[in-house]
Amino acid sequence: MDLGLLTRESEHVWRIEPHGAMRVPGVLYGDERLIRALDEKVYEQVSNVAMLPGIVAASYAMPDAHWGYGFPIGGVAAFDADAGGVVSAGGVGFDISCGVRTLHTGLKLADVAPVREALADALFRDVPAGMGTTGTIRLTGDGMDAMLAGGARWAVENGYGTRADLERIEERGCMADALPSAVSAQAKKRQQDEIGTLGSGNHYLEIQRVAEIFDAATAAAFGLAVDDVVATIHCGSRGLGHQIGTEFLRSMAIAAPAHGIRLPDRELACAPLRSELGREYLGAMRAAINCALANRQVITELVRRTFARILPRARLDVLYDVSHNTCKLEEHRVDGAAKRLFVHRKGATRAFGPGHPALPEDLRPYGQPVLVGGSMGTASYVLAGTDAGERLSFSSACHGAGRAMSRHQALKTWRGRDVVAELARNGILIRSRSLRGVAEEAPAAYKDVGAVVDATHAAGLARKVARVEPLLCVKG
Amino acid sequence: MTHHAAGTEPRWEHFPHDADLGVRGTGRTLSEAFEQAALALAAAVVDPGAVHPSETTELRCEAPDAELLLVDWLNAIIFEMAARHRCFARFEVATDGKRLSGRAVGERFDPTRHEAGVEPKGATYTALRVSREADGAWVAQCVVDV
Repeated sequence: MDLGLLTRESEHVWRIEPHGAMRVPGVLYGDERLIRALDEKVYEQVSNVAMLPGIVAASYAMPDAHWGYGFPIGGVAAFDADAGGVVSAGGVGFDISCGVRTLHTGLKLADVAPVREALADALFRDVPAGMGTTGTIRLTGDGMDAMLAGGARWAVENGYGTRADLERIEERGCMADALPSAVSAQAKKRQQDEIGTLGSGNHYLEIQRVAEIFDAATAAAFGLAVDDVVATIHCGSRGLGHQIGTEFLRSMAIAAPAHGIRLPDRELACAPLRSELGREYLGAMRAAINCALANRQVITELVRRTFARILPRARLDVLYDVSHNTCKLEEHRVDGAAKRLFVHRKGATRAFGPGHPALPEDLRPYGQPVLVGGSMGTASYVLAGTDAGERLSFSSACHGAGRAMSRHQALKTWRGRDVVAELARNGILIRSRSLRGVAEEAPAAYKDVGAVVDATHAAGLARKVARVEPLLCVKG
Repeated sequence: MTHHAAGTEPRWEHFPHDADLGVRGTGRTLSEAFEQAALALAAAVVDPGAVHPSETTELRCEAPDAELLLVDWLNAIIFEMAARHRCFARFEVATDGKRLSGRAVGERFDPTRHEAGVEPKGATYTALRVSREADGAWVAQCVVDV
């Protein structure tokens, strides 16, 4: 991105001054190198989001931002229903509530190292991953609706995990006000045998070791010490979320003129929060959030069962579970006054600061765990929400490394077999049904996650707690 | 379509997008461009040459304009891939830009025979374009979220 387009506010804060139909400025977080590397399309997309009715404060881009559809990936925007604010299906994205869950294992590197190959093979066999794979739970009718209303709580009630797990999930595992009746028959059909599956693309299950601690007190509270082994699940709401996104994008794009909304880009399709369509979308999207929470809960139990066979001493407690693609009603202070706002996070992580009432009591003094996934061969990070985050970005932080190279280019550049061999030389085992998928997800196709996390930390969006490195990865 | 662009062989290609994938079909008619765009989508998932054309699925779409129609058409194919685990070898389309009747020819996805690429989530309105070029060729394209 041409830095001449931006006003530099400080080392890590860049502004797009309001121009044209922008109602608020754009704010980009990142160091000079990250900002310079951004596609011009991110500038356009951040500016377009700033044109939507009822937007509050600014249209934000996190340090891992890249060209998305409508909103940039790494885009954050809050809307006020009292000011004619909107909800945007494109602002949430297709993979609704795609997110990351990290589990402690209670084991050290030395416990896991001798059985790494066996563990990789067993997890690959037991956790359905990749295209065309199905889960063992078939949901239709009332069963489907119960899952969509109950989320991870539904999964626990059906024997997948324990009530203690729910404490460590956003919304305590169940998104309120979901409307299963607003979810189409087609979306439900797409989901009927997909609960408990990872999916494909950038989704994965990784076994990782804690490599470095940055904040000893917070790491201790999060239960992390060097050489601890953790398991991390990255996946979302599967076919159901994709279909809801598809359908509401269409109906919002078509209904926009009738709602008096001029869209700078069709992909920004949105509806007033106080419209029938807006309410329906919110209900369906919340049901999709529950679908993603249920999915990660069921996968958690599959992982536990595999560990129980191979490393029976393991205790897989949930560290935390975060969602990336959501629109949530939250209370934030704006110009000194408390306001209830609908915060869109598209490829961004909620990062509530210390003391936030939504956090479980034992974590509350430290801020929300922010789990940031890296690419296959690189590190992932655990961060914690800050006080400043609320003012900077409605308590939001980065969500991953962000792609630096298109899938198209990655396929031309690498062969899956070589990527697997290279990672094996670095001590990382890869299991995947798709070598082509592995090539597309080659580590070098991503930005340097370390730079993204450093910029997030330096900007004050979240603070670094620990770095973890992969031991093995089951790739979707 | 009565006016064919001479010399424009139907073809498909992928074009780059940061996180996702662009699909583009080019043809002598709007219908051909839609067929080729569908082939670009199908090829992102499984090589169409490796798919047995053993069954035909009939698909119908209707939309206010040709661009929305393209997205609907691609999404109808994505639904068949996702909900019915199908992969495709070829497509036949008849459309006037508002109504489309299409045939998707392929088989059930079989991981032992088909090497899977990406799993499409949905066709988007990003880089969405259905137009006739100066040389008379029709182009139909958009970004697909994968």
